[in-house]
Parts: sequence; C-alpha cells; structure tokens
Amino acid sequence: MTARNPMEPQGLDRALETIGAWVLAVLWILPLAYAIWTAFHPAEFATRFDLTAPLTLENFRNAWNAAPFARYFLNTMLLVALILAVQLVLCTLAGYAFARFEFKGRDVVFMLVLVQLMVMPEVLVVENYRTMAMLGLTDTITAIGLPYMASAFGIFLLRQTFKTVPKELDEAARVEGANAVQVLWKVYVPLARPVYIAYGLVSVSYHWNNFLWPLIITNSVTSRPLTVGLQVFSSSDQGIDWSIITAATLMTSGPLLVAFLLFQKQFVQSFMRAGIR
Amino acid sequence: MIRLSAQVHGWLLLLPAMVLLAAFTHYPAAATLLHSFFSTPKGERPAVWVGLDNYQGMVEDPVFWQALTNNLWFALGTIPVSIGLAMLMAVWVNGKLAGRGFLRMAYFTPTVLPMIAVANIWLFFYTPTYGLLEQVTGAFGLPSHNWLGTQNTVLGCLIVVTIWKEAGFFMIFYLAALQAIPPALAEAAAIEGAGRWYFFRRVVFPLLMPTTLFVLINAVINSFRLVEHIIVMTKGGPDNASALLLYYIYEVGFKFWDSAYASTLTVVLLAILASAAIAQFVFLEKRTHYQ
Repeated sequence: MTARNPMEPQGLDRALETIGAWVLAVLWILPLAYAIWTAFHPAEFATRFDLTAPLTLENFRNAWNAAPFARYFLNTMLLVALILAVQLVLCTLAGYAFARFEFKGRDVVFMLVLVQLMVMPEVLVVENYRTMAMLGLTDTITAIGLPYMASAFGIFLLRQTFKTVPKELDEAARVEGANAVQVLWKVYVPLARPVYIAYGLVSVSYHWNNFLWPLIITNSVTSRPLTVGLQVFSSSDQGIDWSIITAATLMTSGPLLVAFLLFQKQFVQSFMRAGIR
Repeated sequence: MIRLSAQVHGWLLLLPAMVLLAAFTHYPAAATLLHSFFSTPKGERPAVWVGLDNYQGMVEDPVFWQALTNNLWFALGTIPVSIGLAMLMAVWVNGKLAGRGFLRMAYFTPTVLPMIAVANIWLFFYTPTYGLLEQVTGAFGLPSHNWLGTQNTVLGCLIVVTIWKEAGFFMIFYLAALQAIPPALAEAAAIEGAGRWYFFRRVVFPLLMPTTLFVLINAVINSFRLVEHIIVMTKGGPDNASALLLYYIYEVGFKFWDSAYASTLTVVLLAILASAAIAQFVFLEKRTHYQ
C-alpha cells in the first residue's frame, strides 16, 4: 500500500485539474489553430467556421508569388548558418579558456563577458548601426550577424560544461603529446555534444525569429531575412487579404514549427538544458 | 615556463570572442553614454558638445514619460501572470495527467513562433468588426470595440499577447526545477499525510525560489526588450498609448533620425538593465553555485 503522492492530484481533484490543464492548452493552441484554419481555406471562410469549407493551398501560392520569399528563405538560412558556425568556434575557444586556463585578469574578463547577458545587442541598435555604417556593412547579412557572434550565453554554457570534464582525461591526452587545441578537439568537444545540440537549437530558433536589428540594418531584398520580409509584405498598403498574410506568416515560421513538432522532446530538453545554468 | 604558456594560450583563445564583444557590446554601451552629451550631426553641421541638454529635453518630453510609464505597466501586467501560469503549466505537465504530451506541446508552441508571426496572428484576432474577438463579443450582444485602436485597451491587448508567448518558455525552467526535486521529499510528505496544496506551498514553492528569481530577472529584461509586437500591431499608437521605451528609441533613432536623443533614451534603458543585473547579482549569485 503506497501513500498518496502529493505531487499527483487524486480523485475529484485529479479530474478538475485535468480539465483545467486541457482548457488552458486549448486556449493556448487556439490562436495558432485559427491561423492554420484561415491559411488553408478560401478568404470567405477566414472568419466563418464551416467544417465543409473546401481546403486550399491557393493562399500559400499567392503569398509565395507576391513577394520574393524564396530569397528571404535563402537569406535567413545563410544568416542562421553563419551565426551558428562562428558562435560555435568562438564560444568553444573562449569557454575552454575560461574553464581550463589560469591567466591574469580572467575573472574580470569573465564578468565583462557576462555583461552581454543583460545588455543584449537589441538595446544597442543606435550605436551598432553607426558602427556598421562606418564599416560600410549596412544592408549585409554579415552586419545582421556580427553583434551576435560572440555570444556570452554560449561562452558561459560551454565554460560550465568544460569544467565538468575530468582533469585526468585532459592530462592523459597531454601525456600522449597532444597540444591545447588537440586536447580541446579530441577530449572536450566530443564530451560536450549534447550541450552543442542544445545551444544550436536555441541559437537557430532565436536568429530565425529575430526581428528588430535585421529590420534596422537591412534595406533590400538581397539581405532581408524572412521576419523582415514578412513585415514588409504584410504592411504594404496594397490591401492584401488576411488569408494570404496568415499563409505567409505560417510559411515563414513553418520550418521551425515542423522541426519542433517532429523533435519536440529534443527541443524542450535543449531549452531546459540551456536554461539550467 | 608552463605558467607563461598558460597565460598566452588563455588570452589567444579568448581573443576572437573578446574583440567582437568589445566592438558590439562594450564600445557601443560606452559610446551611447558619450553621444548622449552631444547634439545630433545634421548635414554639414557636426555633432557638438551640449552637456546635459539632451537630458533636459528628455525630462521635458511627455512621450518619454509616457513610454516609461507604459513600460512599467506592461512589466507589471506581464510578469506576475506569466510566471504564475508558467508554474501552473509546469506542475501539470510534470504530473501524469491524461494527454501530457499534447499539453506540453500546446503550452510550449508559442515559444517557437517568431514574435512577428505571433503579432500578425493576434492582429487578426483583434481586428475591428470581423476579427475573432469581435465575433465572440458580438455573439454575446456586446457592442463593437476597436481593441487596438482605443487608448485604454491597447496595452492590455499587448500584455495578453506577451503572456501567451512567454509563459510556455518560463514553464521549461520550472519543469527542469521540478524534475530536480528529490522524490524522497514527496514520499516523506505522503507518509506524513500532507495534502497536495500544503506540499506545494511548504515544499515545492520554496524549492522553486531560485528558478523564480532567475525567471523574474529574465521576464524583467524581456519586458524592456520586446518591441516586435508593437511595430507590427500598433506602431506605438493610438497617441503613444502603447509606446514602450525600446520602441520609442527605435522611433527616435530610425524614424526621426535623432541619434543623440536616441542615445540619451538608451542610457535610461541601460540604467534599468544595470539595476536588473545588480539585483540578479545580489539575489541570485548567492544561491546558485556556478562550479
């Protein structure tokens, strides 16, 4: 006979809590469900619920043809890949330095890195725009990515991870004649794989969705990412109807959404892992 | 000899990241402060030292005060509710309720969507006369109401959107914390005959406190950082009723192109974030072990 677990509701409470949880979940999914309804039905059904309404992909086709979304997709993918690649290299090197090297001023420099956790690039748009203009980089994908490439969050995360690697492994590799970079590559990086995956997912979804800085720094089709492209498209004065805007909205967040639904567990675990610092 | 090489290696490994951090975080933060004491360069006229003139102008600018007040209401409206909901969601998802997988997915999905997409979807929700909200209120025979176009409802509408977007994200942190609570505690409480609510109030809630502080700081930062939904849904209107501080900075800096004043406003934002940082340092660092 086991006693009642107070982490689990019992009897009537259980039923009530289950209903509560479901009501909240349905409320939470409703806006998205509504957007999906609108996007897959002809415009006249946008605000009318009729289960017999015909399904259509027309809205997606119209949206795709109305703006250079193919180019925006390409830009976003380039942007996300560029940022992640540079972040992984820079954060690995810096995290390794903070975790395993004794040097003068390390703690002060570490505090300076942590400043970025509070003062994110979004806050410094005015000055960063000035810098980019000075460097002649405005309206480029590089300019969108530069302020984010040295990520304090990534450095912190990898430092914490590298600190948990047993020193003996490090020393054993050194005895065999490996230098600092080889040790990093052969010992530390493979052991931190789950953290890299977690960080990668967080970084990709962050930059896929990022908006303010790209909006400010880009000015043309060749550099605009999807989010900015979507905004330009949906705020144009041509009186595009809602079904098409909704279709475009779903299209731009589609890849991430589908990836999330397929790899839900990994996503949630990654965000969890990245969150426990 | 070995010590020297550790010094050199350490700095070399750090160098690339530090160069970028200095260029795009430390320098701009310092430059913001510096430029707030200069005028905005216009055409042929270069920037000149104006001392505290920009600050004087800011204190006398009613829109600045309104944006600041709006931002405080926005923070007060979003933070407690999203944290409370996040805790509730986490407790539910952590248990063995029917359909747990669906519940978790439903709560977390808004987190994956871009804020701009979220804003577009909700914009339609709030649309006058034929938006969903209007249809629902209309079905109950309530008069038509322009939710985003009225000064006293617009901020509330934005708060709802933000809570919807954020709660599922914060839930994750609580979920992680709940799973770290040793089952022995629940077993002991069960033997003592403690009820669910009593156990939550006396055991779970205190154990979640570090998480709550962490989430709280994040929520405060977010409430000063989110602008996407304002750009999409209201553009700060009507009559600045939904202008938040960062949105106002964006408007001043990139619509009116008054970079000096935008820098001055940014200094205020930096001061707010610095206070959040100090709060985190004082409250959090003492409880969390980073080793």
